Amino acid sequence: MKKDEMMQFKSMVIFNDQISPGYCKIRLTAPREIVQSRPGQFVMVRVYDGIDPLLRRPFGIYDLGVFEPEYPNMPKQHYLEILYKIVGRGTGILQSLHHNDYLDILGPLGNGFTMGNEDDEKILVGGGFGLAPLYFLAKRLVSVSNVKVFIGGRKKEDILCVTEFERLGIDTYVATDDGTLGSMGLVTEVLEKYLSDGGKRRTIFACGPGPMLKSTAAIAELHGISCQVSLESNMACGVGACLGCVTKGSSHTEEKPDYRCVCKDGPVFDSRQILWG
Amino acid sequence: MKKPDLTVEIAGIKMRNPVMTASGTFGYGEEYSSYLNLERLGAIVTKGLSLSPKAGNPMPRIVETPGGMLNAIGLQNVGIEAFIENKIPFLRTVDTPVIVNFFGNTEDEYAEMAERLDKIPEVSGLEMNISCPNVKQGGIAFGSKPDNAYSVVKAVRESTIKPIIVKLSPNVTDIVEMAHACAEAEADGLSLINTLTGMAIDLQKRKPVLANITGGLSGPAIKPIALRMVWQVSRAVDLPIIGIGGIGTATDALEFMLAGASAVQVGTANFISPGIAEKIVHDMERYLVENRISAVRELVGALEIQ
Ligand SMILES: Cc1cc2nc3c(=O)[nH]c(=O)nc-3n(C[C@H](O)[C@H](O)[C@H](O)COP(=O)(O)O)c2cc1C
Ligand code: FES
Repeated sequence: MKKDEMMQFKSMVIFNDQISPGYCKIRLTAPREIVQSRPGQFVMVRVYDGIDPLLRRPFGIYDLGVFEPEYPNMPKQHYLEILYKIVGRGTGILQSLHHNDYLDILGPLGNGFTMGNEDDEKILVGGGFGLAPLYFLAKRLVSVSNVKVFIGGRKKEDILCVTEFERLGIDTYVATDDGTLGSMGLVTEVLEKYLSDGGKRRTIFACGPGPMLKSTAAIAELHGISCQVSLESNMACGVGACLGCVTKGSSHTEEKPDYRCVCKDGPVFDSRQILWG
Repeated sequence: MKKPDLTVEIAGIKMRNPVMTASGTFGYGEEYSSYLNLERLGAIVTKGLSLSPKAGNPMPRIVETPGGMLNAIGLQNVGIEAFIENKIPFLRTVDTPVIVNFFGNTEDEYAEMAERLDKIPEVSGLEMNISCPNVKQGGIAFGSKPDNAYSVVKAVRESTIKPIIVKLSPNVTDIVEMAHACAEAEADGLSLINTLTGMAIDLQKRKPVLANITGGLSGPAIKPIALRMVWQVSRAVDLPIIGIGGIGTATDALEFMLAGASAVQVGTANFISPGIAEKIVHDMERYLVENRISAVRELVGALEIQ
């Protein structure tokens, strides 16, 4: 990757809102070069200047944009948005930030999705804040391809972004474990049913909890559909230096290890490159 | 005032300043090359290397703890062949000394590694990680008994004429005793500390957080222990010392030098700010200017104790 594509920058919070119980969306100022980010790439965010929490947190890019400056003659301000679930100290602090607070950001990092053949129907499968990179991807895909999105979660509150996808004119299929939204059961079951017509040429893009990705990969394999998955992992460096974020590649054996860095070799992988545990 | 002199010489390795990167936290240099100028660093220490590639531990391998992190990477590395083939070509283009951190499963493997590294002109020095288990001795770490440390350092000494820096483990009863053993085996320098063995538990799951159960603690949390150990060792042993542990600012680095370190390594801090090592050099220079100190060497061991 070229130097100018990676940046470390101070960023100001524009807004930071709850979008569903336990989930938030934050809009952050960014330098102009952020427009080069590709769907599937992520940023490492330092939420606090001190030593606790110490490490940055990775977040997939949800959206990019520009807003008009407050005063004429000022340059246009670029921004990026991320979605996050409040799970620990880092995201707890993130939630407490307000307009005009500052953060430190590293990114964009990693490899994004490969858009694939325009004529293929694009199937997006996701859950939780895994929807973030899929929304960014959908925005790019929708002008050239036919896009469908399958969203799964435990309960209604875990289903994010439905209106945002619908606003793009994309058909959404929702499933929840408890049936509080969409059909009851797993979203991968809904996907199976949808794919059973067998007909069209398709590409699958998935991001979400491990089990959802695993069964999506299996379904893709079964139907002979190419599938890209965006993986999540604990990360320390985000640039391929610490080897703390690895996942097993398909040719992995004890004798000939095949570990891939989620941060640098991914986070997007062809599902056949991964050894699904 | 003229520019202060930041140069140091450690174990015969001439460096433009005392700020190095710590093994395992900086990859093979290339990973960070777009964030900082590698030619502003004193030296680059590469990821721990072994004869054959090593798979490393299962996931999860890292977890954050207050003021620090635990890692159980398991010394995953590409092995010496791939290092020579894929990593040396880049490092050759960088005008900064490269120190290769390495380890073995047996004494013979250490010696063989030293012999192989001895032949690589791009390698300025060797850093021996002796915190790993000796498989021939029931897996106790080479660096946990003075006799074993002496013997493995001696074996490496006989296999290379390049400078040998022994990286000491803090997981010992008496680190001074270990330092003496390394000095006796004719090491050229010591670096300390490696990570402190620790663990983290998930109460909800009633399980250890790391797949390996235990891991090595690094980051600001270990700095006071590292400072104490550097101070103890520097008073007792007549070898140059490289201070490591929780360094994230020029102030941290200079404190280690007062305690007796001739140079320092920056580890976990690279993860937080990829350009931090260069910034530390810059801030160190400014400190010297502001305090009218003409050479950073003057601060080594300059701690005042009543
Ligand atoms: C992710 C990670 C990997 C490491 N790998 C190695 C290694 O391969 N060999 C080694 O001698 N030390 C290794 N270390 C130890 C560091 O070089 C250093 O001694 C330690 O982290 C303390 O310094 P710090 O607090 O500045 O990080 C590793 C540390 C971390 C955090
Ligand atoms: S997070 Fe450090 S290698 Fe991926």
